[in-house]
Amino acid sequence: MSQLPLRAQLASALGRTAATLSRATGRGDGSVIGGRVGLALEPDLLRQLAQDRKLALVSATNGKTTTTRLITSALQDLGDVATNAFGANMPAGHVSALSSAKDAPYGVLEVDEKYLPEVVDTTGAGVIVLMNLSRDQMDRAAEIWLLAQKWRRALAGRNVHVIANADDPLVTWGASTAARVTWVSAGQPWKEDSWCCPECGGPLDRKGLDYVPPGGHVSGVPGQSTQAENDWACRECSFRRPAPSWILDGEAAIDPQGRRWTLDIQLPGRANRANAVIALATAEAFGLPVERALPRLREVRSVAGRYTTVERDGRQARLLLAKNPAGWLEAFDVLDPALPVILSVNAQGPDGRDTSWLWDVDYRVLRGRPVYVTGERRLDLALRLDVADVPFQLMGSFGQALAAQPPGKVDVIANYTAFQQIRSEFGRAV
Amino acid sequence: MPSDSVLRLVWIYPDLLSTYGDQGNVLVLEQRARRRGIPVETVHVRSADPVPESGDIYLIGGGEDRPQILAAERLRRDGGLHRAVARGAAMLAVCAGYQIMGSTFGGEEGQPVDGIGLLDIASGRGGARAVGELVAETDPALGVPTLTGFENHMGVTRLGPGVRPLSRTVVGTGNGDGTEGCYAGKVVGTYLHGPALARNPGLADLLLTWATGAQLPPADDTWFTRLREERLAAVLPRQ
Repeated sequence: MSQLPLRAQLASALGRTAATLSRATGRGDGSVIGGRVGLALEPDLLRQLAQDRKLALVSATNGKTTTTRLITSALQDLGDVATNAFGANMPAGHVSALSSAKDAPYGVLEVDEKYLPEVVDTTGAGVIVLMNLSRDQMDRAAEIWLLAQKWRRALAGRNVHVIANADDPLVTWGASTAARVTWVSAGQPWKEDSWCCPECGGPLDRKGLDYVPPGGHVSGVPGQSTQAENDWACRECSFRRPAPSWILDGEAAIDPQGRRWTLDIQLPGRANRANAVIALATAEAFGLPVERALPRLREVRSVAGRYTTVERDGRQARLLLAKNPAGWLEAFDVLDPALPVILSVNAQGPDGRDTSWLWDVDYRVLRGRPVYVTGERRLDLALRLDVADVPFQLMGSFGQALAAQPPGKVDVIANYTAFQQIRSEFGRAV
Repeated sequence: MPSDSVLRLVWIYPDLLSTYGDQGNVLVLEQRARRRGIPVETVHVRSADPVPESGDIYLIGGGEDRPQILAAERLRRDGGLHRAVARGAAMLAVCAGYQIMGSTFGGEEGQPVDGIGLLDIASGRGGARAVGELVAETDPALGVPTLTGFENHMGVTRLGPGVRPLSRTVVGTGNGDGTEGCYAGKVVGTYLHGPALARNPGLADLLLTWATGAQLPPADDTWFTRLREERLAAVLPRQ
């Protein structure tokens, strides 16, 4: 890649120094502070760092970090890849990621949904990956219909190749102004934010599926859906699901030539199979065929602590992160039904200070297994479970909940800061 | 509600107005009725379908600007909710659903949009977004304990002579003039968004009492009470 101007080189170097200091003093992983220092010294730094690289931007409500990791893994087959692996997904994190891999010809950047228009514009990225949009931390996040509208404006008239989930009506609407879109049928278990047409407000019909009210099961097994259920069309206007060229079909991906590839990835659950199909479609946009990309996806075991196991006194706790109702629905799909489960909920700034979303999650699937409730907002969750007739035990802390288990395995679902607290107390294995 | 029949809950337009766990109000009413031996039947009315007139308690929730405008248009055209309220049905209207009940509310760009005129209120857009915990002292005539909940809105609501304030704010913004929500007859509106009844079981019981016309036996309020106490202690200034 071409040389950065002197000022940008200096800004980038000072940013890396700040990041190193941050790590050395135990303040963080350094990816935000380093980028902030760099951006303060050279506001145009991100544009300059992005120049002459082949970049993919990854955005969604859920699965950004994991999909970024999967795509990065695949593209490493082609060469060095710069990436914000730790989820620092705003411009400071992007500067940090690109300046710490200055010579990498490829870049895969996770981007916060709100920042996507700005980052598309600044970086001039050629590939944009859009997976899902659903309600999330609404005391601070933008309303998702407005978000999709901003995506439409940002993508219109731009020479980009979008990889988008055709099963999510709002994502489809947000992506469909782009000149070139590869549509992927990646599924959409959480449908509560898309019973109405984003184009005209009319009712969206789904083939073989009557309207299911919030809290109702879409099919017998939550998280599972058939191809017919993924189809949708507006009853009142011409907006409908575009024909997908890639399809997630159970355990397999079907590519545009109709070839079926058993995914067999190590990351658990339906959501990760969806992320994997998206990653395969993205790899192909970079010229990397499935036979080279898929083995690299299979190497990924854990992403920024998600799905890792922490251990204490013979209890092995597998950690699942779920930040919003759609995320909890996908996490339930990963749970081992034979194991007890510990649920931990906080409501700090990064979680959203409003716990209303707990009422959008259908906890009834937890009936019949031992459930332990902890976290700073455990009483909100306790009442929610009580109303859902799910028996549970209230615990003062995660440590107490873990100690209450018999030796062996237990599953844990926690929201963002609750998850981070568990990781920092019980080990930050990545 | 005839004594031998079921209590009918009608949830209006969950496909448009159900953004913040609004389902919680349905679930709390169902639970508090069932645990007292009252059978419940809940109808979810999608916005493309007619609103039934024979419900006992109607619920309408919060949502984004555009769904709010669509919901107001459809409710006005449908007329079922107006007939139900005229017949004496009870209703809880939350946040965007509360604003819709008035004569007017603020649209996407703050422009006035016609409401459906079931409450004597008029809403518009305020300067700043009100986001956070809310505590308010309820009108003593209702016999409902202190309200606790979360608000997230840009609305300012002016109450007309045809309604009474539901409560007076201690913490938070509410209507914007020191009051929060309002009521008239058996219709209650509030800015406490989403699962407002989860932290205010007394308000749930008020709706159930209105709908059944009977005194309710006490319910097991263990978890409701613990959550209320924790929230009020966290939010109210220390004495």
